[in-house]
Amino acid sequence: MLDKHGIAKRIARELQDGFYVNLGIGIPTLVANYIPEGVEVVLQSENGLLGMGPFPFEGEEDPDLINAGKQTITTVPGSVFFDSAMSFGMIRAGKVDLTVLGAMEVADNGDIANWKIPGKMVKGMGGAMDLVASAKNIIVAMQHVNKAGESKLLPACSLPITGRRCVKKVVTELGVFDITDQGFVLRELAPEVSVEQVRASTAGRLVVPDNVIQMVLS
Amino acid sequence: MNKVVLDAKAAVADIGDGATLMLGGFGLCGIPENCISALVEKGVKQLTCISNNAGVDDFGIGLLLQRRQVKKMISSYVGENAEFERQLLSGELEVELIPQGTLATRCMAAGYGMPAVFTPAGVGTEVAEGKESRVFNGKEYLMEYAFDADFAIVKAWKGDTHGNLIFRATSRNFNPLMAMAGKVTIAEVEELVPAGTLDPNLIHTPGIYVHRIFEGVNYEKRIEQRTTRKKL
Repeated sequence: MLDKHGIAKRIARELQDGFYVNLGIGIPTLVANYIPEGVEVVLQSENGLLGMGPFPFEGEEDPDLINAGKQTITTVPGSVFFDSAMSFGMIRAGKVDLTVLGAMEVADNGDIANWKIPGKMVKGMGGAMDLVASAKNIIVAMQHVNKAGESKLLPACSLPITGRRCVKKVVTELGVFDITDQGFVLRELAPEVSVEQVRASTAGRLVVPDNVIQMVLS
Repeated sequence: MNKVVLDAKAAVADIGDGATLMLGGFGLCGIPENCISALVEKGVKQLTCISNNAGVDDFGIGLLLQRRQVKKMISSYVGENAEFERQLLSGELEVELIPQGTLATRCMAAGYGMPAVFTPAGVGTEVAEGKESRVFNGKEYLMEYAFDADFAIVKAWKGDTHGNLIFRATSRNFNPLMAMAGKVTIAEVEELVPAGTLDPNLIHTPGIYVHRIFEGVNYEKRIEQRTTRKKL
């Protein structure tokens, strides 16, 4: 099984040189730690920065320089600041090549729910609805089953929807899945995971093709 | 031409109960600290606040919420404020949660004289309820109206006596958009200079949008999450 770092590491393989990338809060932010050698990407922070750098050294934190998760960060050569309308404008206009975000539930038609648990957690959607409605290329990083062992890859979302029919790829602790009109298609098995385990953990429609790969992470 | 007022107290003097305010900032970054304090001190009530976040419990807009001065919040994310979430879940506070891009664009629309804009954010979700939508090139978009705010209260890094503004780093965020959108725009700046000091090529917000400006004091610039990395 993959831990959150393994999930991030696998997703990082999808990054291509020259990509502009938006990483959501949670597991997606870890993708920045595993950018492959020789691949240069520009990270977008939707609060108004292209060229997000790593966390600052202690004592060098700048209160005017934070990411979408409200953490202190730095810039890199080539960075640029802009306002929130331009930020979401570039997202909506399809300039961001890849969006990685988390989810509470994903349905086998590509619906995603990741912003609200009615009566319990109503923090708000932030930029999630804009991202899923506009992004060319969305990868979801999520837990396959919740703490109670219930599947989060479902026939339909039970939680309030963030976006409809927008997710194309999901990476969980169990493997990599594409979403097609046939549902969740297993592409890669995580280390030490069996197909049976995937079947038992997936409530939505699941297709297991003959050419499933065994994932190898260095 | 002189838009300079003495301080925050003077700047917000005519904001009365029931006003609709835009407040700049993302989290605690780029919030108009002085004006928020002045509104708290003034005790003005029944406010409708358009702001991306609600501060934290004891800073930013959280101060207005603590003192029950806010009737309605229009925001995209309120996770950092437990008191806000509590007031929301209990029904004490009216809340409209809207996508961050929609919030930004509705401010921009007001500032650009466009009554409405179309965005795909929220199509097929509860955000779409009660709204008109239209299909363009095979894709559905929701019609969202420009905001109508009595006052826009923004924070900038530098400003001049004509109201021209320059912002710094990610404290820019919603400030330029709200500056354009308010019927009356109040700007608090860290450094106020005479007109002619700022390079016209480097000004972010033209002073035509700004009605009142003052140099703020004692900025706390609180950091919500102080994340660092180790030197090797």
